[in-house]
Amino acid sequence: MTALGHILRRREAGIALMIVIFCLAVGAYKPQFLTLDSARIILLLTPLIMIGAMGQMLVILARHVDLSMGSMMALAAMASGMMFRYAPDIWWPLGFVLSIGVGMALGLVNGLLVTVFRLPAIIVTLGTLNLYRGLTFIMSDAKQIDRQYVPSALKAMSQTSPILGIPWIIFMSFGVALLTWWFVMHTRLGRQIYALGSNPVAAPLRGIDVTRVTLIVFAISGALSGLAGIMYASRWGFVNPSNTGSGFEFQVIAAVVIGGVSINGGVGTVLGTVLGVLLLGCVAAALPLLGIPGTTQNAIYGSVILAALLIDRLVRLQGQRSMLKGARI
Amino acid sequence: MSATVPTPILAAPILSARGISKQFAGIEVLGDVDLDLMPGEIHALLGENGAGKSTFAKIVAGVHRPTRGTLALNGQSVEVTSPIVAQRLGITLIHQEPISFPDLSVAENLVLGLQDGGSLSRVPWGKMERDARRLMDLLGVDIDVTRTMRGLSIADQQMVEIARALASDSRLIIMDEPTAPLTPREVATLFAIARRLRDEGRTIVFISHRLEEVRDLCDRVTIFRDGAKVATDSIANLTDADIIRLMIGRPLKEYMHKVGTTIGEVALQVTGLGRAGLFRDISFSVRGGEIVGLGGLVGAGRTDVARALFGVAPADTGRIKVNGREVRVTGPAQAIRLGLAFVPEDRAQAGIFRSLSVEHNISAAVPGRIAPQGIIRRSLEKALAQQSVAKLSIRLATLRQPIGELSGGNQQKAILARWLLTDPQVLILDEPTRGIDIGVKAEFYDMIGQLAADGRAILLISSELPELLALCDRVLVMAEGQLTAELPRGVATQETIMQAAVPRNTAREVAA
Repeated sequence: MTALGHILRRREAGIALMIVIFCLAVGAYKPQFLTLDSARIILLLTPLIMIGAMGQMLVILARHVDLSMGSMMALAAMASGMMFRYAPDIWWPLGFVLSIGVGMALGLVNGLLVTVFRLPAIIVTLGTLNLYRGLTFIMSDAKQIDRQYVPSALKAMSQTSPILGIPWIIFMSFGVALLTWWFVMHTRLGRQIYALGSNPVAAPLRGIDVTRVTLIVFAISGALSGLAGIMYASRWGFVNPSNTGSGFEFQVIAAVVIGGVSINGGVGTVLGTVLGVLLLGCVAAALPLLGIPGTTQNAIYGSVILAALLIDRLVRLQGQRSMLKGARI
Repeated sequence: MSATVPTPILAAPILSARGISKQFAGIEVLGDVDLDLMPGEIHALLGENGAGKSTFAKIVAGVHRPTRGTLALNGQSVEVTSPIVAQRLGITLIHQEPISFPDLSVAENLVLGLQDGGSLSRVPWGKMERDARRLMDLLGVDIDVTRTMRGLSIADQQMVEIARALASDSRLIIMDEPTAPLTPREVATLFAIARRLRDEGRTIVFISHRLEEVRDLCDRVTIFRDGAKVATDSIANLTDADIIRLMIGRPLKEYMHKVGTTIGEVALQVTGLGRAGLFRDISFSVRGGEIVGLGGLVGAGRTDVARALFGVAPADTGRIKVNGREVRVTGPAQAIRLGLAFVPEDRAQAGIFRSLSVEHNISAAVPGRIAPQGIIRRSLEKALAQQSVAKLSIRLATLRQPIGELSGGNQQKAILARWLLTDPQVLILDEPTRGIDIGVKAEFYDMIGQLAADGRAILLISSELPELLALCDRVLVMAEGQLTAELPRGVATQETIMQAAVPRNTAREVAA
C-alpha cells in the first residue's frame, strides 16, 4: 500500500473530508463562511468541547463512559466563582487550581463507584450527573456568579493573546490535546488504557492493574471537566448553576464518537477526536450564518452525529468488501 | 529432598510436580498428580475431555492455584500465583484461542506485561518493533508487527504467543490443543518451530487429542484419566491401542437401559447436511422410539449439527425431513413448531434464564399454553410448572425461586421439562449430563429411556462413552466435521468409538 493510500484509508481522513465538504457547501451558499473571521468564530466555539473530549476519549477508550462531565464542570466552576466572590483580591490563577482540583475529586468519586462497587459507569455517572448538578444548586443557593466577580484577567484569556491575537484558551485546548496525544501514544499507562478497553478480561492476565487504570481515567476526566469549568467562566464571564455545562457531556461524547473512538473501547486517536470537535464547531458556526433558528440546533446536532456514523459505517463496509474480494483472488 | 533411593538421573527435571490436586466447588477434578518434565523434551498430555490435563497445565501456568501439592522449578520450590508470575519464572501457557488485545499492534501484544518501568515511562516504539521483528524472523514467520492483532489468523496469533514466550525467554512452553483450529500446513509450521525450540533445550508440553500428531511430535507422553495420571512413558513404548486403552480404561459403570421399546417410523432424516467451515456431508436418520448417540471429540462439529437442526445456525446445504416431510428450518421458533426440541450443551449460557423463576423457565417454550388469549394466565402457568416438577422430581424450594439457585442437575431437569411441554417428536440432547451428580445422572438415563419408550426420537450428543454405550441403539461418530462411523448396539465399544473419533487425516495431509 502506498503512503498516500495508507493515509486515505485512515478514519481521520474521512472526517477531514467531511469537514472540507461541509465548509465548501456552506461557503458556496454564504461565501463569508470561508474567511479568517469565521475560522476564528469556529475555533472560539471549540476549546471547552476539545478539553472535555480529551477526557471523555480516555474514559471511552477504557470501555466506560462519563455522563457527569457537564455537572462536574458546573460544580468546579461554581466553586471557583464563589471563591472569587468571597475573596475578590485573591490571585486569580488559583481559580484554575481549585477548579481542576474539585473536578478531579468528583471524577475520583465516579471512578471509585465504578471500581470498588463494580457498578456500570453509565449508571454511576448518570447518578452523579444529577447529584453534582444538585450540589451546584445547593452550594450556590441557586444564584449566578455575575460578571463583576469574575477576574478580568481571567476573562481576558478568552479575548486575545500576544500571538496573532488568538485567545489563550484556544492554545490551551490544543495544548491539552497534544499532551493527551503524548500520554496515550508514548506512556505505558496510556497504552494500558487501550489494552484494557480492547480486552478487559485479558488485561489482568497481562499484569494490568485494572482498578488503578480505571480510577486514573475517571480522575483525568474530572480534572479536565474542572479545567473546562474555569474556562467557561473565562469565556462567558459568569457561572450559572443551571446553564453552565448543561448538555456538555453530549456534545463531548458526540465529538468523540464522530472522531472515530469506538464506544466498545480500545480504538480511537487524539487526531480523530480533534477533527470530531472541529466538525461540531463548523456546524455550530454555520447554523446562525445560514439563518437557522436556535430552536432547531439540537435536531441538527443529532442529525450530524448520525450522518457521520452512517457515512463511516458505509465507508468501512465498502473497505471490508474490497478486502474480501482481494482475499479471494 | 529425601532421596532414599539414589536414582540415576541424567538431567535434572525443569519442573517437578508433586501431589498436585485441584477441587472446584468441592469436586475433585485433579488428584495427586506427580510429574517430572525434562529439559529438551516435547511432552504430550493426553486424556479424554475432563480427564484433568488442561487443569494440570493451568496450574503449572498460574491460571489456577492447586488445592494441594507443590511445584518445583529447577529444584527450587515455587509458588505460581498468577500468569504474570509464571511468565517471570519462564513458564508460558499458549491457549488454544490465544489471549490478545485485538486493537493493539502485534508488537505491543508481544511485549505487554513484560516490560519494566513506571506508568509514565516512555513506550520505546522503535525498539519494541525491532525486537518483535527479530523474534518473528527467529521463528521464521512473516507477520507485519505494526498491524493490529484484529484479523490475524489463529495460527498467527499463536505465533505471536510463542514469540512472547521467547521474549521472556521461557524454558517451559505449554500449548493447550494448539492444532485444533489450524490447517495442516499451519500445523507443520508449528511442529517445526516446536522441534527447534526443543533442540534449544526448552521444554514443550503439548496437549492434544490427535494421536498421530502426538506420535509425530512428542518424545514422552503422560496420560490422564478421571483427574489422575495413569501413565508416563516414552511414546515409542506405547502402541495406539495401549494409549486408547489407558485413556478410557475405567471400569464400565452399570447404567439402566430402556426396556423393549418398539422402534417406529423415521422421525428425523438428514441428508448431506453441511455448513461451511463446521461440518459437511452429514446423513443419518432417527426413528421414533430410538435413541441415537452422536459421539466424537469436542470440536468435531457435533454441537454445530445440533444447532443447524434446531435452526440456531442453519445449514448451507443438505435436506432435513421431519416425519417424512421435507422442511427448511430457518430458526428455533419454527423448529419448535415442527416438533423439534433442543437441550443445549452450555446450560448457563444457552439453556436457562438465570434470574427468572423456575416457573417462567419451565413455561418459556409454550407461550400459547399459558396465555391462550395472549395474556398470561398465572394459574395455567403454575399448574403446568407444578405438573412438570412432580413428574421429573425437580428439587426446589418454591416455583418462584430463580432457577440459578438450583443445582445443575435440577436446572437441567427444568430445561428438559420445558421442552417436554412442547411435546416434541424429536429431542436433541447435547451433553445432557455434563456437570451433574452421579445420582441425578441415573435419573436422567431413566427419563431418556422413558421418553424413547413414549415414541419420541432422541439424538443424544455425549462425550461420555459409557453413557453412549448404555443408552443408545446406534452410535454415530463425528471427527473433524464429518461422520466417520455408524455403530449399531453391540458393535459400538469404547475402542471402536474412540478409533473413529480420533482424526486420522491430519498427518497424511501434512505429509502430502
